[in-house]
Parts: sequence; structure tokens; C-alpha cells
Amino acid sequence: MTGRTLYEKIWEQHVVANFEGDDCLLYVDRHLVQEVSSPQAFAYLDQNDRPLRRPDLHIAVADHAVPTRRRGQPFADGLARQQVDRLRENVGKFGIAYMPMNGDRHGIVHVIGPETGFTLPGCTLVCGDSHTSTHGAFGCIAFGIGASECASVFATQTIRQTRQKTMRVNLEGGLAPGVTVKDVILALIAEIGTGGGVGYAIEYAGSTIRDLSMEARMTLCNMTIEAGSRVGMVAPDDTTFGYLKGRPLSPEGEMWDRAVAAWRDLRSDDDAVFDREITFDTSVLEPQVSWGTTPEQTGAISGTVPDPDQITDQGRAARMRKSLSYMGLTPGTRLNDIAVDRVFIGSCTNGRLEDLRAAAEVLKGRRVADRVKAIAVPGSAAVRIAAEAEGLHEVFLAAGFEWRDSGCSMCVAMNDDRLEEGERCASTSNRNFEGRQGKGGRTHLMSPQMAAAAAVTGRLSDVRELL
Amino acid sequence: MDKFTALTSIAAPLLENAIDTDIIFPARFLLLLDRDGLGKYAFNEWRGPGFVLDTPPYDTAQILVTGENFGTGSSREQAVWTLADKGIRCVIARSFGEIFYSNCFKNGVLPVRLTGADMDAVEAAAKAEVPVTVNLESKTVSLSDGTSIPFDVADHHRRNLLAGLDEVGMILTDHSDAIESFEARRSEATPWLNLPQAKLDALAKDGA
Repeated sequence: MTGRTLYEKIWEQHVVANFEGDDCLLYVDRHLVQEVSSPQAFAYLDQNDRPLRRPDLHIAVADHAVPTRRRGQPFADGLARQQVDRLRENVGKFGIAYMPMNGDRHGIVHVIGPETGFTLPGCTLVCGDSHTSTHGAFGCIAFGIGASECASVFATQTIRQTRQKTMRVNLEGGLAPGVTVKDVILALIAEIGTGGGVGYAIEYAGSTIRDLSMEARMTLCNMTIEAGSRVGMVAPDDTTFGYLKGRPLSPEGEMWDRAVAAWRDLRSDDDAVFDREITFDTSVLEPQVSWGTTPEQTGAISGTVPDPDQITDQGRAARMRKSLSYMGLTPGTRLNDIAVDRVFIGSCTNGRLEDLRAAAEVLKGRRVADRVKAIAVPGSAAVRIAAEAEGLHEVFLAAGFEWRDSGCSMCVAMNDDRLEEGERCASTSNRNFEGRQGKGGRTHLMSPQMAAAAAVTGRLSDVRELL
Repeated sequence: MDKFTALTSIAAPLLENAIDTDIIFPARFLLLLDRDGLGKYAFNEWRGPGFVLDTPPYDTAQILVTGENFGTGSSREQAVWTLADKGIRCVIARSFGEIFYSNCFKNGVLPVRLTGADMDAVEAAAKAEVPVTVNLESKTVSLSDGTSIPFDVADHHRRNLLAGLDEVGMILTDHSDAIESFEARRSEATPWLNLPQAKLDALAKDGA
């Protein structure tokens, strides 16, 4: 018998029933509930008079719609307030633990899942949000689902799914100074395309992975969905266990030891066969920025805006022309000559403590360029509290950033934080889609260090020149 | 859920690749709590003169023909609800975003994957404004010149869509015992995956 991959091992442990082909009824260990994808799922329970099967396996928080400037301020948007109120009513009615908006545990679902210890190796975890792939950094099967599937998890604690093919991405060679895991995932998506991972569960392995912190691994898995794959994973190791030990919902005492012993077996066997395997040399990477309206339209900061006329694939060339028109860019422009109006540091991709530290390192003793408006939004209240304890907020404020409360903020523009028509933003978020950060807004994706550099110079910039 | 058996309609050609769910349903409308009446927001930023779904005869199309990776990006099921409410019951594409693909089946919308010359023929029919027939029973797309193109769809998706069945109801009817015995085994093998209510309560109260 050939060996099994990490994904296959966890999958097999969660099969409740087998259907035809690769279809299974899969048990769900963890469900993160937020305000956007849950109202219709709760309504399903009400309309069909069904109970919520296991309230203890869900936690809820409002993140997409909440304002990030809220202390002492009224909740200006009536629709957003209604949506948050609806979540609070629903979780009260169905008995789900809820992290209140101004509490110390508030935050983006994908930030608070790990930091509370709700996310654990070997589990299956779902959420009605595509960036649920983030949690795979802990060696679990985590994926985004739609509202109907949220209803299935509420009512049955299971979900009908087709087993994915497997792909291993070997990241080798480590990272040069000034280059981060965000640059790795952007460059990888540029190489394999936004459809490159469709149908596959991706496991990241290789020498670069071993030295990455949990926060960096989360950034990597977070953006796996942007490569078309719902699932990105890293096998758990001592870095994982070190991160989880002592978290509020982590197992304790003898149970902790038993869990760690089981988690140590969560790795792909040496003779496991992947349906696809690629190796990516990360040692040669430069800092990356996106120039288009999909994450695959990305290049090294030292490069120029590409020319669609030089592309032989006519479909791709047409898509590039449309992107460049939306982005207001001319082929041949040096990327580091592109001026920005706004800078956003935050999101479930790069709103963690390590990200804020890295940005602050660049900002220390510097000022945001005159015409740039910049905001820093911790991914959770716990991140904000920890950042303030080490004085990071003072660095941001002294540089001219606004320092906000936790939330999805300008990543998704369904709250008060959004770009105006035509504004150009250096963003640490995950999507540069048309209108993503506000109607007509133009997004350039990059690492927190690169966003900080752009804030200081007022244009896309190579952070290595500021280190 | 609405049944889907067969459908004959003009097919609207929206021949671009990687149309993401933010384009299909912009995020700011996610604040709306109800799923009915969302059709007017479909492709909101692209709507208006010159946009295919606003141009007769395509403004009444029930089939949408598009490129690669349709519905990539966010998991928002609103992307399907808005299309369904606008009257689109079938999307034919070269490939789909995965979450969008599975969301379609929960809402009476049939996603059909076609490639190569098959897709070229469907695109030509869409551009020529001639009706296309999609038949889920026979798993074929038929063109007016008599061409019949087979497509793949998972058996259970096909069965549920043909009958308009509620998948959750079926899981509870058929598998409640299996779920219960799974939970018993799980509590033995991985007890740390159960969360004590006291810990959850403490977390929810923390700093509130």
C-alpha cells in the first residue's frame, strides 16, 4: 500500500458516510460564524424548524461589516448595524459563543480562530468565507463554504464534499532580506495562475516552510484560495505546537500531551503520491506588487507594467488590457514610479502582530508622504492590545497613520473604510479585484513592509532600499 | 429549491475569463439580509448600455455563456442568488471557481463545464442569438443545427437538481445514526476536539 498524504489522512478520519466516487459525508469539527454568510443559514433552521446540532463546535464574531473607528462613535451604517444585530440575536437564540464587537476577543474570524486555540491540527474547519484556507497553516483541512453549506453544518454538523486531488508545492531556498511569505505566494500565483490550484488541496512543504512562523504560514495558506484552491496546508510541527500551547481553547495537561502525540503523526508519508508536485525556488525572489485586477497579475518591484502587445495568448492580452485600463496604467511604466493615494495595512492576510511589527520597522523615524492617507488595522483586539503593549501604535501614529480597531476594514469595503473612485491603494489584503476596496478603487497587493515603504515614499517602492 | 430539468433560451455571451464574485455581486450589497430581489445588483458595476445582459435580446437570457474560472474569489452565495433572481438558470463556462460551482447546485442553477470545440460551438450560438437547449436529464447541450454536446455532472448533483431536493433534509433522514456513531468514536479518539461549554463561555465574556 502506498503512503497517504496529510490531506488524505485527515479526510479519512472525518468520513461519516461514503457516496459514489470521491464523494463523502464529512464531519465538521469547527465552524466559524460571521455576519455575512450566516443570516440565511440561520433562517434555514427557522423556516424548516430544525435545531442547531452542536452549538459547542461553533464560535461567532462580526468582522466584515463592523466599523474600525467605533469607540465612542455611533454605528453609522444602518444596514451594517442590522446585520451585526441579527448575528447577535441568532447566536443568542441558538446558543453559540459570540465575541462582542468591543470585547478583547473581537477580530477577523481567521485571526481569532487560531489565537483562541479554536483552530487545531487534524480538525476539519469551515466558515462561510473563502479565506478559511488560512487555518490549514495548522495542519487541518479548512475551507470556505457558501451559506447553504453553513446551514448544513448548523443542522447536521456534516457537509457533503468531493475529495480533492492533491498537490505539493515545495518551497525551497529560504528568503532574501526584505522578502516575505507574501511575496512568495504572490509570485507563486503569478506563476501557476488564479486557476492553477482548482481541484487540488495544496500542501506546502520544503526548506522555506520549516523556518516560517505560524503567522507567515497563515499568510501563505490564506492566499491559497487566490490560486483557485480551497485548501492550503502545512504539516504541524514544534512551531505549530508552540503557538497553540496555552491558548484559551487549546487542550490542557494530559489531554495536551495526548493531542500533541497524535498531531505528530499528521504528515504526508515519505512514499505518498501527489497528483501534482511543483518546486518553487524562493531564494531568488524580489519583493512583489500586483499591477492588475487579479492576484496573478503581479511582478517584481524592479520591473515595469507589462505590455499586452508582447503577449501571444490573445485571451490573456485582452484581459491585461482591461486590467490596465481599470488600473489607469500604461505599459512600460516602472512599477516603483506609480504614486499611491492610500495605504492599508491589515486584513486576515496581513493583520497579525508580526505584520504590524514588520511595517513599524520600516516606519520608525519616518513620515507618511504628504498626500497619502494611511490606516493600520489590527486583525484582532488581541493583536491591537499586544501591539500597543510594545508601543507599535506610537510608531504608526508618529508616522502619520491612523490606528484603528479590529475588523476586515478596507479589504472588503462593506464597512466605513473604502477607496473613492480612482484612488490608488498600497494594500496588504488578498484581492485586487475591480471594486474590491470600493467602487472604482485601484488596489496593489504587497507585503506589510512594502506597504509601509509605499506610505513613506508616496509611490510603490522597493522596501529593501529603506531597510 | 427550484427543480431544473431542461431549459431552452437565448444564451448571453459574456466572454471574459476570471469573472470574480466581487464583479457578479459587489461586496457592499452583502449588507442586505434577504436573498430575494437581489437580481437588480447582478454585475452592478458593469450594468448599463453596452453590457450584454442589458442588451436585447440577451436581457431575457436564462443561460449565461462565459470564459474560464467564472465565479472565482469570495464564497458569497449571493453571487448565485443574484444570477438566479435575474433569471439566469444555467451558466456555461470553461471552468468555475470551486465554491461558486457548488453553491449553484444548492440554488437551482446548473453550472455546465465545456471546453475546446464544444465550447466554441456554444459561444458561436450565443453570439448568433439562436436559442440553446440545456437538458439535465440527458446531460446534453443542444444547438439549433442539431449538434448535441454531452456534459459531466456529478450524479447526486443531477439527482437533487432534477427533483429540487433539500440536501440537509436528506442527510438527516439517511445519516443521523451514522453521524451519532461518528461522534461517539470521535469523542474516544480525539476528545480534545470537543469544547467544554465553560471554556466557550469564558471566551465569549472575555473583556466584554
